[in-house]
Amino acid sequence: MILYGTAVLAVCLLVGKALGGLLGLLVGVDADVGGVGFAMILLLFASGWMRSKGLLPKPTERGMLFWSGMYIPIVVAMAAIQNVKGALTGGPMAITAGLAATAICMALIPAIAKIGAPSEPLPPLTAAERAEED
Amino acid sequence: MNDVTDIIMGVFEDNGLVVAFAVVGIIMMVAGWMSRTLTRGHIAGSALAILIGLVLSYLGGLYSGGEKGLADIAAFSGLAVMGGSMLRDFAIVATAYGVDVREIRRAGPAGALSLVVGIFGSFIIGALVALAFGYRDAESLATIGAGAATYIVGPVTGTAVGASSEVIALSVAAGLVKSVAAMIGTPLIARYIGLNNPKSAMVFGGLIGTTSGVSGGLAAVDKRLVPYGAMTATFYTGLGCLLGPSVFFFILHAMLG
Repeated sequence: MILYGTAVLAVCLLVGKALGGLLGLLVGVDADVGGVGFAMILLLFASGWMRSKGLLPKPTERGMLFWSGMYIPIVVAMAAIQNVKGALTGGPMAITAGLAATAICMALIPAIAKIGAPSEPLPPLTAAERAEED
Repeated sequence: MNDVTDIIMGVFEDNGLVVAFAVVGIIMMVAGWMSRTLTRGHIAGSALAILIGLVLSYLGGLYSGGEKGLADIAAFSGLAVMGGSMLRDFAIVATAYGVDVREIRRAGPAGALSLVVGIFGSFIIGALVALAFGYRDAESLATIGAGAATYIVGPVTGTAVGASSEVIALSVAAGLVKSVAAMIGTPLIARYIGLNNPKSAMVFGGLIGTTSGVSGGLAAVDKRLVPYGAMTATFYTGLGCLLGPSVFFFILHAMLG
């Protein structure tokens, strides 16, 4: 049943966001602190456990992979609802502050990524993965 | 003739989410075609699709005068559901399926440091820019610095410290610029900053932080990097809301007297 996979995903997101809200309450902010991160960790544990118990047949797995595949289209929709006009009409100070923060933070990535054990570049996309994205 | 347009517009408005699937499908097809023919595959289809989305959003904003881009036009309102935070977070969590937990653990220290550097770095850069533009009070500097973190941290900080509504609006604009700049800029500079492995993606998430900028930027580079970037970025806005009106504001207040 394809919905089982989607339902597991849904429960992970809801529990993760609740945990993020509780952590926010704990540190005293009215915001979600780490909800999506907790949800991802829950999903990793839940799917690992389900696989070990034989509860992850192909149809169930497809219920998760579908939403993973929808990620890029959803991000394109997200781009189409950004307040781009608001960003461009914010005036020179807002534009300078936003651009400077982005550029300087990006420039710091190589320095901070040197800390700890090195991480291997991901292998090139396989033909099947590429076909899925096109 | 008018009846026919009314019926068609009615179908569009009553089926918003379905319209959104069709519209985004068309955008992705056009972007894929542009990627293959115009750029000979040098610029990824997803990067172009995001760029087209941003351009359409700007046009939608010009046409409607609203704040939700293309979704402010009634026929395209379903884009706000498809691209809203609910389905976005749902899809981000789904990308984590099959992620290697060891990669996340290995990148933990660098990821945590990137959060601290990213949040305070944005605060300081934003405040310095505000200083250069003539602001001298701790409230305004803190608010604009917080806006340079994300467009949520800005108004949260501004409201908490009692900044003027004009300064709060500027802080939102600064955050929006950062978000758009990350979506467009990330695929262009990914290769120069080594953004091709899980650890640098986690550091990217912690340094940039704005969820839309991180999710859009990584989608345009390599979808497999998304869960790693999202893992750190998910803490950014919450920590920013915690640190902006407190530590950062107090430091500015002490320095400016």
